[in-house]
Amino acid sequence: MAPAPISSPTEISSPDADVGLDTDLPWIVLVWNDPINTMEYVTLVFQKLFGYSKDKATSLMLDVHHKGRAVVSSGPREKAELDVFRLHEHGLWATMQHDE
Amino acid sequence: MGFFRHPFVVKRRRDGTFDVVVEPRLRDHLQHLFSELDELLAEAPDDPVMRRLQPPAYLDDGEREAAYRLLAGEELRTSRRVAMERSLAALDGGTLSEDELWALLQSFNALRLVLGTRLDVSEDPRDLVDLDPDDPDAPVVAAYEQLGFLQYVVLAALDR
Repeated sequence: MAPAPISSPTEISSPDADVGLDTDLPWIVLVWNDPINTMEYVTLVFQKLFGYSKDKATSLMLDVHHKGRAVVSSGPREKAELDVFRLHEHGLWATMQHDE
Repeated sequence: MGFFRHPFVVKRRRDGTFDVVVEPRLRDHLQHLFSELDELLAEAPDDPVMRRLQPPAYLDDGEREAAYRLLAGEELRTSRRVAMERSLAALDGGTLSEDELWALLQSFNALRLVLGTRLDVSEDPRDLVDLDPDDPDAPVVAAYEQLGFLQYVVLAALDR
């Protein structure tokens, strides 16, 4: 797959760029630390739901554990909402918000 | 071959399925816990346990959160009850697919969330260890810790 063409900085900073900001901004899915889910379980759920390697899933889990939360996925609102739902199905404490 | 047996054994087979053995007394106990969870999901009370099982998706957007709850709330309860039905079948033991084992894992986890929220567990495991054996919470703590062990057995089998 070819890489997507990169827009020039002038295009990005054009004054019209923030039109439709609300729908174009990607959403991020956050998982929050909780005292019940075990570290091993959270790691395996990240591997299963997002296809992450064990290393990546472990590092995300450790972020959740030590920093209190981690961004585990991102994308359009519908995708983010589905990810949140699947995380809820697995008992993880997940929320979503605009990427800032 | 010895006669010593663990109450709960999960072993990965070469073809990617899993052998599961559940001791009858443990099976009865788990069936009882599952039926309590099923009742809870059917009644869906507005309490901290239910809020932990169905947390908000949007923290600062009331309108979107209401829409999410409307769509996902019922679906989430249904999905949990389906997983639990599959788990009840899984407790009979035999050969399970990875999906069936995940359903069991999710049900164990849902039960831990229910019991852990009722116990108001913290990050500090000493809170549970220091509990007086006569405390009315003692059986709940025992079930919570047992589920943690059962979950670990499944995780160890799934992990590669």
